[in-house]
Amino acid sequence: MSDVSPHTPGIHAGRLTNEELTENFSDLHPAYANHEAAVAADRCYFCHDAPCITACPTDIDIPLFIRQISTGMEAAAAKTIFDQNILGGMCARVCPTETLCEQACVREMAEGKPVEIGRLQRHATDTLMAAGVHPYARATATGKRVAVVGAGPAGLACAHRLAMKGHDVVIHEARPKPGGLNEYGIATYKTVGDFAAAEVDWLLQIGGIAIEYDSALGSAVTLDALRESNDAVFLGVGLGETNTLDFAEKTGVDDAVDFIEALRQADSFAEHPVGRQVVVIGGGMTAVDAAVQSKLLGAEHVTLAYRGPRARMKASDFEVDLAAQKGVRILTEASPVGVEGNGSLTGVAFEHATSGERFVIAADQCLMAIGQKLNGQALPALENGKIKVDDAGVTSLPGVWAGGDCASGGDDLTVTAVAEGRDAAEAMHKVLMA
Amino acid sequence: MADLTTDFLGIKSPNPFWLASAPPTDKEYNVRRAFDAGWGGVVWKTLGSEGPPVVNVNGPRYGAIYGADRRLLGLNNIELITDRPLAVNLDEITRVKKDYPDRAMIVSIMVPCEEQAWKDILPRVMDTGADGIELNFGCPHGMSERGMGAAVGQVPEYIQMVTEWCKQYYDRPVIVKLTPNITDVRYPARAANAGGADAVSLINTISSITSVNLDSMSPEPMIDGKGSHGGYCGPAVKPIAMNMVAEIARDAETRGLPISGIGGVTTWRDAAEFIALGCGTVQVCTAAMTYGFKIIDEMTAGLSQWMDEKGHKSIADFQGMAVPNVTDWQYLNLNYVTKARIDQEACIQCGRCYAACEDTSHQAISMSPDRVFEVIDEECVACNLCVDVCPVESCITMEELAPGTVDPRTGRVVEADYANWTTHPNNPGAQAAE
Repeated sequence: MSDVSPHTPGIHAGRLTNEELTENFSDLHPAYANHEAAVAADRCYFCHDAPCITACPTDIDIPLFIRQISTGMEAAAAKTIFDQNILGGMCARVCPTETLCEQACVREMAEGKPVEIGRLQRHATDTLMAAGVHPYARATATGKRVAVVGAGPAGLACAHRLAMKGHDVVIHEARPKPGGLNEYGIATYKTVGDFAAAEVDWLLQIGGIAIEYDSALGSAVTLDALRESNDAVFLGVGLGETNTLDFAEKTGVDDAVDFIEALRQADSFAEHPVGRQVVVIGGGMTAVDAAVQSKLLGAEHVTLAYRGPRARMKASDFEVDLAAQKGVRILTEASPVGVEGNGSLTGVAFEHATSGERFVIAADQCLMAIGQKLNGQALPALENGKIKVDDAGVTSLPGVWAGGDCASGGDDLTVTAVAEGRDAAEAMHKVLMA
Repeated sequence: MADLTTDFLGIKSPNPFWLASAPPTDKEYNVRRAFDAGWGGVVWKTLGSEGPPVVNVNGPRYGAIYGADRRLLGLNNIELITDRPLAVNLDEITRVKKDYPDRAMIVSIMVPCEEQAWKDILPRVMDTGADGIELNFGCPHGMSERGMGAAVGQVPEYIQMVTEWCKQYYDRPVIVKLTPNITDVRYPARAANAGGADAVSLINTISSITSVNLDSMSPEPMIDGKGSHGGYCGPAVKPIAMNMVAEIARDAETRGLPISGIGGVTTWRDAAEFIALGCGTVQVCTAAMTYGFKIIDEMTAGLSQWMDEKGHKSIADFQGMAVPNVTDWQYLNLNYVTKARIDQEACIQCGRCYAACEDTSHQAISMSPDRVFEVIDEECVACNLCVDVCPVESCITMEELAPGTVDPRTGRVVEADYANWTTHPNNPGAQAAE
């Protein structure tokens, strides 16, 4: 029995028992049993020109796949999903459905209880993936070579669609594992059982896709070289650099992205350290993921501090409610102005955004989640700090397309990255075969 | 408090809810439980002649179809009449009737179509003290292959003959139970009436195959790879039963003949509807087999409350009230013109009305880009399909056009006078109005 508890000052691992940690990090939305799925599916009205389809960035035919579930055809339902979104399994887990398909569901309007589209999607995709079936085959080889930079959602979706069309794809991934944010950047309780890795394995069954790891753009490979040796290039590099505040160096001030990543890659939750009093700075999904997981690891007090009003927080209502439900204190209109402590952090100083009042929140750990930015040189032309693309993902450089978080116009959602990768692949295919 | 007591053919029961002749009424144990639960009467499961009892299959006897959440909508069975010795049944009936003198006890009988067979059994039934008998001329499976049950019920001459024997050898009420497996239920009803029946009860079960097992390619319920048609009952058959009841209630020859209504009675409302169509009692089976005897509490409480709300003091107050409103198509008022009206406040924008009307009906509903659905009066024939498919109760209603207004579809002024097909100019057989 560890002598460390949630009350122990400082940053420590093992604040909770293994049983508590296992319980805390279990599936956020557990999978349906078959009958549950049938009952949930039956609530779908099979709307005409359904609003949920319009609300889905990948345009999944939601009423059709739900109807297929209700007739016992989960595999066909999964195919309906994957036709539009090859990462439908992950999206079923991480999509903010409450602001997308489920918000548009007519039953949300009618009763405030939408059809649980996300969980139904997971039921269908899990069933097919558990059967080990990959329902797509490659078209006749075209002899064209395409380089995809980044094995995140955009790159994987692009690569899969290209491989399906018969092109040969090499993905250059900077990290040692594929998946991008699915693998490194999402809260553990949203993707239990190493789902991100399993999904990539399943996706690669299409064939025709090779992945080169530790192959970062700008160091291991250059865009010029890729353009030289390939018929087309797709950039799905994401946002590799985090924003920082210009505070004094203190032990205990960490990057939330690193915190989430380390936890995802940890062999055991019990070995992952967390502070007694944690302050997370930011208002997006990353901030919520870091705050909630700090609490789940056993931090005694967790405060999520955002500089603007509640309405401007990028995290969805569901996410913020989840944080509150887990015991995270949500503080808005709190602008961070400095950190305190002699070597080690003891508090974070804030200024109230409207009153100007200054206050300090005691903290032994501070996690920064104030956004990420594009990292790299010799890229195509930028717009607002991201690679400028048109609707088809075309960049300023001939033969180079881009999509996902690194490209302009998106909304930093996995599902949007998938849609952009897929659509870019379709556009590239047209050009390659012209 | 409404008075639910029923006097049917002089047989008194505390409420109009009887259990139909079926598995729930096969034994003293079940019937005592039913009476203790509050059922008004039972029709004891059909007795056969003296001698070795019939045997049942030793595999599944029932098959089902389901609605949402596995709600049982239709049940079919291949069980035969009682498979217990005649003397055992008669002893039990005697005992139970003695202990529950205020409940209706009817004995169902099915013996061969020979006078002696009836002459033999009727005195023994009389000795039980039961209040009356019900002639099972309806069982569609098994017994009908042996010239009994539906095989008798399908030949009006046999019905009349056997009914006459029963009236000759039995001095208490004789109820003739009719099979729906005929083309026109009025003929067997007239035959029962002509034979002196005190009442008819209907419907017995409908010949049916509930499902086909697509693995074994056998009908369900399956016995060693084979299936046989069974008798269909439950909520799904209620509309068929009510039509047959109404046909008998309004037929010139059988009008006024007491009816015990059977077929899918599941709630107080079902019972009220059967009674409004002329029934003096209702018989229940599938609902009890699905939910147990306790459902009687909802039935009696619901019927009582509704009667209070409507000011009906006794069952007789509303019995048959709907019969005068059941008519032939040719007498329906063709000057009654309605239009669908969509309550935009209640509309949840699912578009099912639009899909139904646009694809399968009269293109009389418009859809705007922002999903506002409106009726096009110029096209609306008032078919009611939109009302039926709308998931929101009372969202779409039918509004009557006032006499004197112009129907935008036909351009004709709505007439105040009643006019039907018999006098319509398009009817070659129309009689000129005098």
